[in-house]
Amino acid sequence: MSVANRPVHRPLSPHLQIYKWQLTSVLSIFHRATGIALAVGALYLALWVICATSPHAYSYFQSFNTSLLGRFVLGGWLFSAFYHLCNGIRHLFWDAGYGFELKDAYRSGWIVVVVSLLATLASWVVGLRLI
Amino acid sequence: MDDRRTPLARARGLGSAKEGVHHWWAQRLTAIALIPLVVWFAISLVMLSGAEYQVVRAWIGSPLVMVMLILTIGVGLHHGQLGLQVVWEDYTDGALRVVMIVVTKFLAVLFGLGAIVAILRIGFGG
Repeated sequence: MSVANRPVHRPLSPHLQIYKWQLTSVLSIFHRATGIALAVGALYLALWVICATSPHAYSYFQSFNTSLLGRFVLGGWLFSAFYHLCNGIRHLFWDAGYGFELKDAYRSGWIVVVVSLLATLASWVVGLRLI
Repeated sequence: MDDRRTPLARARGLGSAKEGVHHWWAQRLTAIALIPLVVWFAISLVMLSGAEYQVVRAWIGSPLVMVMLILTIGVGLHHGQLGLQVVWEDYTDGALRVVMIVVTKFLAVLFGLGAIVAILRIGFGG
């Protein structure tokens, strides 16, 4: 084996299994997870509008939305949207160069948790009352 | 592998596509645009809970809602496919990575155009 092809065993940085759980990393993982959910949700939103062109297609679509699983999906969409929105604004502040101190990162993190949970709760309460 | 170059030479040969900044900037621009759009859409969605078909259809077809919905779906899908591209780049390799990124982009355009045509049809009475 030539020198060029010999595998290089460099030290690896700690990965998920051995890294201590902390607010900042959990929020980061949640940002990606809700982002993936919302990307699929955007396809679902497009499908909703497409189905609205025909009463027949719409009744099919609504029969899923009003099922228990459908309620779970729509409620989950609302949480994902509020969380990704709040944490996305936190990311935009970082992009602009603000809030990098550890103390600030934790404070903004908890604000994101509280605001997104309150917004989700409010939307669920109002939505369920209107049904 | 018949590559006799050193790892450094191989990395240098790959070079940069010089598209990273555009991707980064487009993701931020769409993120800023989505702040008011998602707030508007989430409130609308909640207020439409339990609404009849005709109510939903009339809502989609009103001029301001048409503009806001097309923006929300278009900008949202664009932001989403930019984000999913990074996810595929992080977790997949080789042919699978290329295929999944292409499928992601095609789906975004297909569903986006479908939704826009549907909104226009409802609004202009097709």
